[in-house]
Amino acid sequence: MTPAIIVMSLCALLPLIIIINYSVQDSFAGDHFYWVGLRWFEEISRSPEFWEAVLRTLIFSVIVIPLQFIIGVFVARKLFMKHQNPSFFIVLFSIPMLTPWLVVGFVWRLMMDPIYGPLSNAIQQAGITPDLNEVGWAWLTIIIMDIWHWTGLIIVLTFAGYLSISKSHFQAARIDGASPWSTFRYVEIPKLRKVLIIALLLRFMDCFMIYIEPFMITRGGPNVATSFLSLELIQTASIQFDLGKAGAISVFYLLVMITICWFLFRAMDLNSQPARSKT
Amino acid sequence: MKYWATKKWSLTVIIYSFFTIFPIYWLFVLGLQPNFLNSTGLSLWPSTVSFQNFSVSFLNDEWVQGYLNATAYVFLNVILTLVVAVPAAFAFSRYKFLGNRNLFFWLLVCRMIPPAVVMVPMVQIAAIFNLVDTYLAVAIAHCLFNVPIAIWILEGFISSIPKETDEMARVDGYSTFGFWRTILVPQILPGLGVTAFFCFMFSWVELTLANALTTVDAKPIGVILKMVASPLGGVHIGIAAATSILTLIPGIVVAWLARNHIARGFSMGQVK
Repeated sequence: MTPAIIVMSLCALLPLIIIINYSVQDSFAGDHFYWVGLRWFEEISRSPEFWEAVLRTLIFSVIVIPLQFIIGVFVARKLFMKHQNPSFFIVLFSIPMLTPWLVVGFVWRLMMDPIYGPLSNAIQQAGITPDLNEVGWAWLTIIIMDIWHWTGLIIVLTFAGYLSISKSHFQAARIDGASPWSTFRYVEIPKLRKVLIIALLLRFMDCFMIYIEPFMITRGGPNVATSFLSLELIQTASIQFDLGKAGAISVFYLLVMITICWFLFRAMDLNSQPARSKT
Repeated sequence: MKYWATKKWSLTVIIYSFFTIFPIYWLFVLGLQPNFLNSTGLSLWPSTVSFQNFSVSFLNDEWVQGYLNATAYVFLNVILTLVVAVPAAFAFSRYKFLGNRNLFFWLLVCRMIPPAVVMVPMVQIAAIFNLVDTYLAVAIAHCLFNVPIAIWILEGFISSIPKETDEMARVDGYSTFGFWRTILVPQILPGLGVTAFFCFMFSWVELTLANALTTVDAKPIGVILKMVASPLGGVHIGIAAATSILTLIPGIVVAWLARNHIARGFSMGQVK
């Protein structure tokens, strides 16, 4: 326990304290600080750029997460039902997650290259020329990229969930003459509930942190159309070097994430607590 | 009305596999072709195969050093994480202490701190300890998201060992150290493997912190790649593609080694 506490306070608690400290001070010439109280929070709450970045991040999560869940659960179900030896596919579906995030962005920018990108060429067959300088195409690329990158996580997780369901449940459903849909709805979904909540938790956290992949595609552009909260934050902190404002954004960022994740964690924990005490 | 094994292959799975592998395959094709920028139009098949781009990335001292640097801090991080996480996971699994479930949640909070948030303070802390541009700085910084994950995964594995094992060992007269060495660690060996795999993976793909904490000596390959592959760079797509493929290989090898346990690890040990 003790070593963990030491390491976590060094790499998590200490930076957080420093950030909260920054968020209530203004820096002058890099090393003179004076107390400004909550002024930075007031400033970001009135800044339209900040709220637009928050909104973009939210819209992105709301579009991408359901798509990933639908595709992911569907593929995992097929993999579980039809395949005898799935470990090859499990490794295959993990490959996008093992790709350095920078490379993910790089590949998908090239995929949409107007001259030699396969995806772009395929779209051009339909008579439309995709252009990453247009907001719609930039968003579409980032959404497809994120589906490619993270749906594997949901497949692997859901598959693990399926493995833990005992086969007798399926046999019982079959004997009762349940249709595939009602088996899915009344047998599989309740059994998969915990694993799906974990997946949602992980996906939500990473969606909110997305930074390097859209940066590699359009550098947050066209204009600011794909600059999400993380990018906004890094720009404030390391390019404008506005530490107070960056601190305030960070604190806000964390509060939002902690709130949402806390509800998800409760949902998961309440579900598992009785089982835990039994063993 | 059979439920499984009606067909050997599922079309959905095949289509999705194609979608997964296609960009990587195409990147490989790009890497095989010399002077790609001169060619016009789409080519899904390499017209002339050469390993020139791969050798560029292998013969350049700075790039080779980049690989070694990345490998060094990743391994350091894996060892550090395991040493720290095993006792903590054991504590979470075996003892009920005040607020243990809450602390378990707050660990997860550490996992959700975006690297962008802690980037600036991390660099300042590293500067205080004179650690900027060393492997140790990056290894410690990556503990931010690896230690919580490791504790979660290991907690699941340790909890699946019945508590009676501890008691029996105590009755049999094992010392704490002897119990750990001869009973606990051998039993959670697969768990340690999976945890190491995950720490490896997250440390390998993360670049925001690694980039901020290194300047010259400890710069990982990804940061060097960023200079070549960024939207404003784009100097030589062939070399960037070849290097990207090379950065994929360690991950795939480790994933293959851990293939039978990946699923359990991804659920953070919470699916038994």
